[in-house]
Amino acid sequence: MRDTAKPMRQQVRLRGRSYVAFVFAPVVPIVGWLEEIDATLASSPGFFVGKPVVLDLSGVDLSRSAIAHLVGSLVARNIRVLGIEGVEADRLEPSMPPLLSGGRSCVITRTEPLEKREAKPKVNSLLLETPVRSGQSIIFTEGDVTVLGSVGSGAEIVAGGSIHVYGTLRGRAMAGVNGNSAARIYCQKIEAELLAIDGYYQTAEEIDASLRNRPAQAWLQGEIMRITPLN
Amino acid sequence: MAKVLVVTSGKGGVGKTTSTAALGAALAQRGESVAVVDFDVGLRNLDLVMGAERRVVFDLINVVQGVAKLQQALIRDKRVENLWLLPASQTRDKDALTDEGVGRVIADLRTRFDWVLCDSPAGIERGATLAMRYADEAVIVTNPEVSSVRDSDRIIGMLDSKTVKAEKGERITKHVLITRYDPVRAAKGEMLGIDDILEILAIPLLGIIPESQDVLRASNVGSPVTLNDAASAPARAYFDAARRLTGEQIAMLVPTERRGFMNRLLGRRAA
Repeated sequence: MRDTAKPMRQQVRLRGRSYVAFVFAPVVPIVGWLEEIDATLASSPGFFVGKPVVLDLSGVDLSRSAIAHLVGSLVARNIRVLGIEGVEADRLEPSMPPLLSGGRSCVITRTEPLEKREAKPKVNSLLLETPVRSGQSIIFTEGDVTVLGSVGSGAEIVAGGSIHVYGTLRGRAMAGVNGNSAARIYCQKIEAELLAIDGYYQTAEEIDASLRNRPAQAWLQGEIMRITPLN
Repeated sequence: MAKVLVVTSGKGGVGKTTSTAALGAALAQRGESVAVVDFDVGLRNLDLVMGAERRVVFDLINVVQGVAKLQQALIRDKRVENLWLLPASQTRDKDALTDEGVGRVIADLRTRFDWVLCDSPAGIERGATLAMRYADEAVIVTNPEVSSVRDSDRIIGMLDSKTVKAEKGERITKHVLITRYDPVRAAKGEMLGIDDILEILAIPLLGIIPESQDVLRASNVGSPVTLNDAASAPARAYFDAARRLTGEQIAMLVPTERRGFMNRLLGRRAA
């Protein structure tokens, strides 16, 4: 038995769905603004791929042809414009993206591609597991320097942050060279030729003889370098 | 497997050449085949200390430049048959040494000897850097005084960065040999003590050679002190150092004040 069914009219069900769209708000000159877009694309290619983009023209006064050119320029960069807002309807051609209204602002969290580039942890300390010998120069302006051993007479350590010497400091130690006056110098035995923090220095002659051969630290108190025993 | 050992110091006049000759002769007397190589091109001395200055025909520069073969330039010692000298050229300077040429000569020496002892010139320039370039081990000769110790510290830094071994990420074995140690002056505090030196340099001690007229006397007759008077205090210290180089464990004798005093008395009479 054949059951012939009469095609029934399917009811259209309308559902709502919301997406977060990037809002592009061009500013004059448009050429300069496009260069900014290019720079963003260069640092994270494909950042706008598959993302809805809305063009907010409220900040500029563009003619119909200028709007057409702008949309074309974005298409040329593989950016598809979902809709346009902030402009009168009569300035848009039928072939252009539709005029939107009622958008609400929200915070956009930047996802994957750009974050991965920034995820690299910044190295801010340098560890040396061998003594620093006479004539060697260790320069590390990014942060602290730690030496497991002695720093020989005629050697020098230059650090952006603090300097820690687990041994005898006989050479020169220059901490906080980037203007970090909070940097300090620590050593197990002080016989330094010169200590400097943020440009303020003392030579061996000026270091109190009673401190010699003892664990000590040096820090800045205003413009005065203080050197005190560590225990 | 041959060991290439550089005898170096940074500072001049501390006893590199004397120590090269004495250690070379001591090792050779223990049955090892030894070549001592003079890298002090232009200011050669090792031939004099070895008593071979009148038999030099070809030299290190000739071999480095390919003018002579290695076997033509090597001079056999007359007293110990497995001890050989490769002299430096006196008429040239250090610029005649090339990295590649020195590498070739050292590689060739490795195939012929148990020990290759390179006598480094003073300084930190080309001669000194090429003398240490291909070494496996280093003996850093130091006098008990601050300038010598600081220069030694500098040289240790270079050994850890400018040698082929260091560039490959390996560690060159380093020993400090303290020479011209005068116990009388050390006791008076006029010299750095052994502990102070070792604390500053932070490398193992190979030996302590007492200040002695025996060393000067041996040099003057063109003989390593370990051949000239094997019973003398410096010779005994060098023999112990040579045994430590071969891996033996021997108790370290710090020259005593009394013996130092005797040496000074005897030294004055004999000079």
